[in-house]
Amino acid sequence: MIRSVSETAIDVRGLRKSYANFEAVRGIDFQVRRGEVFGLLGPNGAGKTTTVEILEGYRERSAGEVSVLGFDPGRRPRELRARVGIVLQSTGLYRHIRVREALAHFGSMYPHPRDVDEVIALVGLDGKEDATARTLSGGQLRRLDLGLALIGDPELIFLDEPTTGFDPAARRTAWDTIRSLRELGKTVLLTTHYLDEAQAIADRVAIIKDGRIAIEGAPSELGSNGGAARYRVAYRNGTGRMVEQETEDPTALLHELTGAALSRGERLEGLTVNRPTLEDVYLELTAEDAEEGGAPVADVPPLGGRRSRRQR
Amino acid sequence: MTEAAVLAWRQYRLERRLFWRNPSAAFFNFLLPLLFLAFFGAAFHSNPKELKIIVPGIASMAVMSTTFTALAFNMTFLREQGVLKRIRGTPIPGISYLLGIAGNAITNTALQIVIITVAGKVFFGTGWPREWVELVLFVVFGVVCFASLGVAFSHAIPNFDSAPAYVNAVFLPVVAISGVFFDTKHSPAFMKGIAAALPLYHLIAGLSGAMVSGTTLSHNISDLGVIAVWAVLGILLAVRGFSWEQRRS
Repeated sequence: MIRSVSETAIDVRGLRKSYANFEAVRGIDFQVRRGEVFGLLGPNGAGKTTTVEILEGYRERSAGEVSVLGFDPGRRPRELRARVGIVLQSTGLYRHIRVREALAHFGSMYPHPRDVDEVIALVGLDGKEDATARTLSGGQLRRLDLGLALIGDPELIFLDEPTTGFDPAARRTAWDTIRSLRELGKTVLLTTHYLDEAQAIADRVAIIKDGRIAIEGAPSELGSNGGAARYRVAYRNGTGRMVEQETEDPTALLHELTGAALSRGERLEGLTVNRPTLEDVYLELTAEDAEEGGAPVADVPPLGGRRSRRQR
Repeated sequence: MTEAAVLAWRQYRLERRLFWRNPSAAFFNFLLPLLFLAFFGAAFHSNPKELKIIVPGIASMAVMSTTFTALAFNMTFLREQGVLKRIRGTPIPGISYLLGIAGNAITNTALQIVIITVAGKVFFGTGWPREWVELVLFVVFGVVCFASLGVAFSHAIPNFDSAPAYVNAVFLPVVAISGVFFDTKHSPAFMKGIAAALPLYHLIAGLSGAMVSGTTLSHNISDLGVIAVWAVLGILLAVRGFSWEQRRS
């Protein structure tokens, strides 16, 4: 048991969360190993934030077992809060607090805080040390959020959509920061809407849909064999029209196509074979939601409110 | 325990620094009551009897505005902006944080009472307070009462935009009916009845006894009792409905 505590940062088994008349999480299992960047993907309202907020100690679970660094987050032990850093989806800050002041103040709440200037450099807020929070741009505030989550030198960091609203360059920088956390041996649990983000920085991902995990694995594996998505083979046929075929067995299809073409003395112009990407898997798994045509809904339903709004 | 106290102290220091950094808050907390005092002082300068009602009245209003009004605003802001939620994710004990916030409000109360007392003595000739113990007791009870009622009232405010409307809907009528600006002797009976059920009326009675007329504590003990009853109610309601997260409506 001690072994699993030391190697597993997060252990979730049979997790369920019900609101008044809506079950947001319907039996989720996953493990996050220490030193790993784990991504939770899924459409709005799938249960990502509910799951993460249970792990962070903000919400109580309805059923199941959850262990974070060996603690039950539902009891909110102080020692756990001292070892975890949290970037929430949206959080405010005192409007008149200065960047350095905020980091120093929050750092003083932790037993072994990191150096303030080091964190300022890490999140790229150099030159903004004395700016007040109300004068920062959205992206700068988000970086301050990350800095405040890192100031206590946590072992485990929760990032709930950390780069939403970033410009492309800022996203790359944020990704570098997250990668550098992994190099320091930190564990990261990340939720995101961006598949390229998950592909770029997550060691493993789980796609959540309707409160359940639809699929789990390394981003590269999910595309090639884990997923339901198929290989896509495209070429120009004899009449010059582009043809696209999907297959689970590209070897056989290519053999058949090339054999037929050779025997007719034709060439397969523009032949491409595409491995399904994480995006293909994701879109296929979450396709039903798109068909429902529902407008994006809040990730966390108000107490019992979301379902009733939908049913109306 | 000591660590929780140290964290509360650090939070208090931060709140003080930030308070002075926000000019509009500083204005409403300090200049406004002084302006009221100056205005009524000028209006009643030939009538010392009225002045003796105004000084303890403004002092009582200052207790209510620095605690009830300020905390109803602040707690709503902190909750709706997600500051409370962020704090909840850190190792600081909740009680340390809330003590820091409350300490900030109470410091403003103390500063204002001092300013008003000095202004009363220097400009309006009301003299130094006659019953210091009574003054301190009433201020302490008043602070606990209105601070807890302010936190409790923030639970009823749905979002920060509507906070001024909610707070003023309570603050202004209570100030008007309780006799901050006039002697309730002249009020109709039903108004007196309503005022007597509310805590501000009794705070004014106590402070007026302590600051101006010199009636002793034993004479005003029932006023202290009414404030204490409201304080207990306020504390119960403040704890009961407390939420660290924004309301989703």
